[in-house]
Amino acid sequence: MRGLIAFVVCLSAYSVVLAGEWLPLARDGVHDPRGPGIKQLQQPRDALSRLIPDTAGNQVRWVQALEKGEIQPREKLNPATRIRKLDQDIILDVNGGMPAVRFPHRQHTEWLDCSNCHEGLFRSRTGETRISMFLILQGEQCGVCHGAVAFPLTECVRCHSISRQPGQAPEVPGGVNPLMHQPAGKAP
Amino acid sequence: MTGRASARCLLPGAAAALLLLSSLPAAAEYADVVINRQSDRNGVRPVVFPHWFHRIRFRCKVCHAELGFRMKAGGNSINMTEIIEGRYCGACHNNDIAWSPERCDLCHSGKPGLPSGVYGGHETSGPGRW
Repeated sequence: MRGLIAFVVCLSAYSVVLAGEWLPLARDGVHDPRGPGIKQLQQPRDALSRLIPDTAGNQVRWVQALEKGEIQPREKLNPATRIRKLDQDIILDVNGGMPAVRFPHRQHTEWLDCSNCHEGLFRSRTGETRISMFLILQGEQCGVCHGAVAFPLTECVRCHSISRQPGQAPEVPGGVNPLMHQPAGKAP
Repeated sequence: MTGRASARCLLPGAAAALLLLSSLPAAAEYADVVINRQSDRNGVRPVVFPHWFHRIRFRCKVCHAELGFRMKAGGNSINMTEIIEGRYCGACHNNDIAWSPERCDLCHSGKPGLPSGVYGGHETSGPGRW
């Protein structure tokens, strides 16, 4: 019994360490620790620990880091490239069971060009694209980035942020199947 | 239970945990992409492309709109000739903005035999599918 407790304690301690750490490249499972480049490459911790922290993904609030000027990523290589930005919110999933989704164009167009989403992933005209969590969890639509490079799909309320009752904090309804967010889970 | 007896119980548990942990796969940084379309068969290490490193320096639109990288792991067929001629990675990796293509080992830094795809705990099966 005590052996089991020690086992569980070690396991949970390890998961806490994993959640709060950026692993050295030599131990991240993808870099070859014997490769000659490993000593010269920047370590994730050196760069990311200086930025506004998050609890998911790279553990960095990328949008806030950009807005606060912690990072100044270049917008273009070719001087002739036109930078297109749009400050317009779209409210989606108005009739669903979850809090409605606020899609802010402003934050997205700071990073992305219109052509990254339109007209391929989404039609420009509101209501013309049927958006579904099933497709998103398959890596389509929003899931092309969210779940791969942008904050992951476990962060429901960052998108489903508009409560149906005005004045109330958004909350995840009790009927939501949390298994749908597991890698091998099925959408309900 | 004496101290020695409890140690006899605790030690195997801790040892079992450590043994299990040492065999767990280490976690790549979120959104790391391994590119191994041609590396293995040409006798070099696969490429590890770290999104985190690049997005500190460039917005997504630079590579995914200006340079024409499709937003899908495996959606881009890129060879070294194109890079040396200044396309794709070569638009920056030209010894001007970033290190030149001659610094093979800095990009070709992955574990030999690693399959291509998005690593680092992506939550969906989509973009990571090769």
